[in-house]
Amino acid sequence: MKKKVRILWLGLMTCNGNTHSFLNYPHLEQFFNDFEFIYHPIIDSEYSLEDIISQDIACDVLLIEGAIADDFIKADVLGIDIIKKYSKIVSKIVTVGTCATFGGIFKESHYKNVSGLHFREDKRTEKYNHLFEKTISISGCPIHPETLVSTLYAIKKGLSLKLDSYLRPKDYFAYTVHNGCTRNEYFEYKVDNHHFGELEGCMFYDHGCQGPLTHGSCNKILWNEINSKTRAGLPCMGCTEPSFPKQNLFSTKKNMGIPEFLPVGVNKRVYLTLAGITKAFKIDRLQKKLLDD
Amino acid sequence: MTDKKQQKKEQIMLASLGLFATKGFYNTTIPDIALSLKMSVGNMYNYFKSKDLLAKEIIKFVSSYFGKKIKVINEENISTKEKTRKIVEIYFQTATVKPEMLDYFLRIYLSTREVFKDGCEGMICVNDFVTEIMIYFEEGVKCGDLRDQDFFNAFGLFMGYLGGMVFLQGENVLPKNLNEYIDDVTDNIYKALSV
Ligand code: SF4
Ligand code: SF4
Repeated sequence: MKKKVRILWLGLMTCNGNTHSFLNYPHLEQFFNDFEFIYHPIIDSEYSLEDIISQDIACDVLLIEGAIADDFIKADVLGIDIIKKYSKIVSKIVTVGTCATFGGIFKESHYKNVSGLHFREDKRTEKYNHLFEKTISISGCPIHPETLVSTLYAIKKGLSLKLDSYLRPKDYFAYTVHNGCTRNEYFEYKVDNHHFGELEGCMFYDHGCQGPLTHGSCNKILWNEINSKTRAGLPCMGCTEPSFPKQNLFSTKKNMGIPEFLPVGVNKRVYLTLAGITKAFKIDRLQKKLLDD
Repeated sequence: MTDKKQQKKEQIMLASLGLFATKGFYNTTIPDIALSLKMSVGNMYNYFKSKDLLAKEIIKFVSSYFGKKIKVINEENISTKEKTRKIVEIYFQTATVKPEMLDYFLRIYLSTREVFKDGCEGMICVNDFVTEIMIYFEEGVKCGDLRDQDFFNAFGLFMGYLGGMVFLQGENVLPKNLNEYIDDVTDNIYKALSV
């Protein structure tokens, strides 16, 4: 029998959203032929959390879910002590989700120095610098199960993944969520005109969609192999980004009608010039309903 | 386009602006413009295929002239109030030094819409200028100086006021020199737009 990759799934300050998202991976059976959890918060595993803490158990990959704080206690020990111990044992660490990567919503809590493993929002934290080379970040609130599993397979095969400056695999994070959205045509001609859940309209202009400024593959690798937020008619909330969560996620922050946050890498003058041109034309087809008039 | 060709085009546009201001837009013909530059009519058509095309190029030229000047102001590290003053200043100075430019904008572009309806839809031909004004507004709101409101509401207030003053000056009804109004006009605009 092939040797399975041994994984420790460690949940720290977390809502367990990534744990649940992982359960939606459609080929779990196949996954368990190749991987095993020495410990997982909700899936049966060989060891208990107590064993994990009291012994040094052989392991290949440490998955950290949830934000990290100096004083956060897990099963009567400091969470950071568990990280310290197992980071020495494993050959790779994966931060699973936006909290473990950037701090996420738990930055607002009263715990001490809440952050992701290497970043607090977009700033490096330095504290775990010696683990930097070992780490891969999979951000998302929650993570896309396909992204996590494919990354684990890449680790298993010993592939060297190209990473961005936040240690996220470029294969999944070099794109923006806007890439592949079915509403691109409405974006091009600046038609928002959207009602939540409906097929028509791009939600960038009024409804807060952060797709063009969010790195992720949601519209290339669909969720549950079926759909994405933006395709279904809900704005992208930028959940993979260091700044997540921002406020007022359902409306576009504008200054005198100009969106404050523009698509990644697009300079304001370029944006406004193009906007001025497209705004001059009204495309009747894009004002109508797609299916029933 | 070669630099030389572009220079020649600009020369033709400037000459046309002068003629439009003195003789009127409809009374000026392509042969008149050619004659004023000592060019053959045939050669003129190498640069502009028709008077309507020339008209559209000129409005883009005027818009980019203002756009460039406001861009410099936008990039300065000064308060929104100071930016406001500088924009007013540029507008009034141009009205004094190059009256034909603003004349063209106010009397020809805004009131001869049939010439501009094809190819200059919406704000397309004045995009350079409008973009910079948008940036002025947007940055003003972002730094907390200006009140957030509908863009056109603010744009109309600012540009309508300046255009009105220049129009009054053109009709020779202003008791004082236009430049003497800069401070008061700036104050009024800033009071109306600020938080
Ligand atoms: S809805 Fe969002 S992701 Fe889709 S086209 Fe518009 S901006 Fe892009
Ligand atoms: S669409 Fe945006 S908010 Fe939704 S999962 Fe993808 S990155 Fe996150």
